[in-house]
Amino acid sequence: MNNRIAEIIAKKKGNVMNVYCTAGYPQLNSILEVMKALQENRADIIEIGMPYSDPLADGPVIQNSSSVALANGMTIAKLFEQLKDFRKPPLGGLGVLLMGYMNPVLQYGFEKFCQEAAEVGVDGLIIPDLPEYEFETEYGPIIKKHGLDFIFLVTPETSEERIRKLDQLSSGFLYAVSSSSTTGVDNNMSHVIDYLQRLKEMHLQNPVLVGFGIKDRASFEMACSYADGAIIGSAYIKALEQARDVKAATKSFLSSINGR
Amino acid sequence: MTGSNSYQHPNEHGYYGPFGGAYIPEMLHRNVEELRTNYLDIIYEPGFQKEFRELLKDYAGRPTPLYFAKRLSDRYHTTIYLKREDLCHTGAHKINNTIGQILLAGRLGKTRIIAETGAGQHGVATATVCALKGVECVVYMGEKDIERQSPNVARMKMLGATVMPVISGSKTLKDATNEAIRDWINHPSDTHYIIGSVVGPHPYPDMVARFQSVISEEIRIQLKEKTGSELPTHVMACVGGGSNAAGSFYHFLDESSVQLIAVEAAGLGLDSGHSAATTQLGKPGILHGSKSLLMQTEDGQVTEPHSISAGLDYPGIGPLHANLFKTVRAKFLSATDQEALEAAFELARLEGIIPALETAHALAVLKQLNFSMDDKVVICLSGRGDKDLATYMKEMMPDNL
Ligand SMILES: Cc1ncc(COP(=O)(O)O)c(C=O)c1O
Repeated sequence: MNNRIAEIIAKKKGNVMNVYCTAGYPQLNSILEVMKALQENRADIIEIGMPYSDPLADGPVIQNSSSVALANGMTIAKLFEQLKDFRKPPLGGLGVLLMGYMNPVLQYGFEKFCQEAAEVGVDGLIIPDLPEYEFETEYGPIIKKHGLDFIFLVTPETSEERIRKLDQLSSGFLYAVSSSSTTGVDNNMSHVIDYLQRLKEMHLQNPVLVGFGIKDRASFEMACSYADGAIIGSAYIKALEQARDVKAATKSFLSSINGR
Repeated sequence: MTGSNSYQHPNEHGYYGPFGGAYIPEMLHRNVEELRTNYLDIIYEPGFQKEFRELLKDYAGRPTPLYFAKRLSDRYHTTIYLKREDLCHTGAHKINNTIGQILLAGRLGKTRIIAETGAGQHGVATATVCALKGVECVVYMGEKDIERQSPNVARMKMLGATVMPVISGSKTLKDATNEAIRDWINHPSDTHYIIGSVVGPHPYPDMVARFQSVISEEIRIQLKEKTGSELPTHVMACVGGGSNAAGSFYHFLDESSVQLIAVEAAGLGLDSGHSAATTQLGKPGILHGSKSLLMQTEDGQVTEPHSISAGLDYPGIGPLHANLFKTVRAKFLSATDQEALEAAFELARLEGIIPALETAHALAVLKQLNFSMDDKVVICLSGRGDKDLATYMKEMMPDNL
């Protein structure tokens, strides 16, 4: 079993920065450049989005990045081809997760997908529409067989009993969605303090990273004061939207959040 | 209540054979779980049944007639009965489901209703019951459908609903459904999603099928009165998501002597690249929360369907039907845009009934089938054609020249 994600989080002791980017966005071949730029600017984990025509849990910004990526010709096969050598230095230490919806993964072949993901050096998967019943009965064993982490989401509406169960089923970390919403929501993070405090007091087996609505230094620091780290998605995609230069845009965006 | 028959009811996880389930993100879990654990208790509670039955009778106008269509029967050398769902209040079978779901929403304490719509019939039926109960109503509708079904847009607005145009993707039913689901994610406590067909995560397909099953319940009684036997030889219905077909088939699923015929929209033709015939062109896949048959690319991206009829312009099909297709319990046929138009004109001129374009697909396959005089064929006349008059008039122009 690959423990890279858990080790990265354990070593960092808080303020873990996980940044989402859709594969194939802004250009078909952008992902390695994005990964380098994120690592150079002290991101710890990248969540690579696999674009889908019907991303139910996503708001307009990530929906748009998916449409652009699909129009650019992005596919899972191309992504694995692009990721083939990324574990060689200088990208060796970055935590890498694939995030996407079930249907494209099913069509690719679930086992083949897990095998190839593990082969190129991916650490884990986030598939929000894979429910725990199907995970336990069918897909979880395949994911484990290939040594990948699987990360479940919890929300402010998730019951304590269910949080415990999803924590048990997850490895790497538990993804705490900050509010009941699609991605890119402009929520007031102060509303989620009670919820994050509640998660903290549960002493879960996995570290907790907070996502949805993390968009600037204030929201990142707020989330990190209650959890092990935070996940930035739509705000980074937005920063890339206007950019001509991925490297410069990433540097200026990340330093606005973690710059000293 | 939960019979043992595997065609009718999914298992406890929502599966009909290999199809169904609840493939939803965690953000929807609480709402869907609340429904799943409560829907059967609520809808079979005597007070609910009483109110539901009364509204079906006094408000929706049920039972709808089972009409012996003499001239149509002569034309096809058989005996054809039309189940007149077009005579329901609001003009289609959709109201059976929305009455059931608005009562359910009330019992769950929900104060805001959302819905998707393609042809606008489900949107109108939802706006109608929301007006009836004084509840806020938001209907998502693709921009393309807003154009081609404008009378229904006006009706929804007059009924006090907010119609939200959807501009993502193909701007039709699939994308309207995506937006409705996103709205539900963003309103986790006060909102009930009234889905319009036997699609979506478990328990929606089963719940909607149960509400629509009144159609076949009545057919059995009416056929017995007319012919002495409850059983027809054939039941035919068009399939978008499959709710009028599910309702028409429901009480015959167990009766192996009854042939079930489901008709999908072939669009410009099965091989044209512009079609919505999911069972013919789809593969197993996941859309809108359930595993079913799905029109998609090799990479698992959902393809944009085409049908002249907005209500059939959908790349998926309910999991109940996917299972009927796979087990060959039902026969799946398809009709093109042109065939549907011709069938609509034929019914208008033989029987004085203008059907919805969706319904016209079911009529169009009469030509493809060989019946005997002794057969008793029931066709679900799912809706009336008022909303499609602009399309029909365009078609009629050469006639008038
Ligand atoms: C008259 C009519 N028939 C059929 C349909 C298709 O839906 P379903 O397959 O769920 O019956 C619609 C959908 O809008 C409709 O308006």
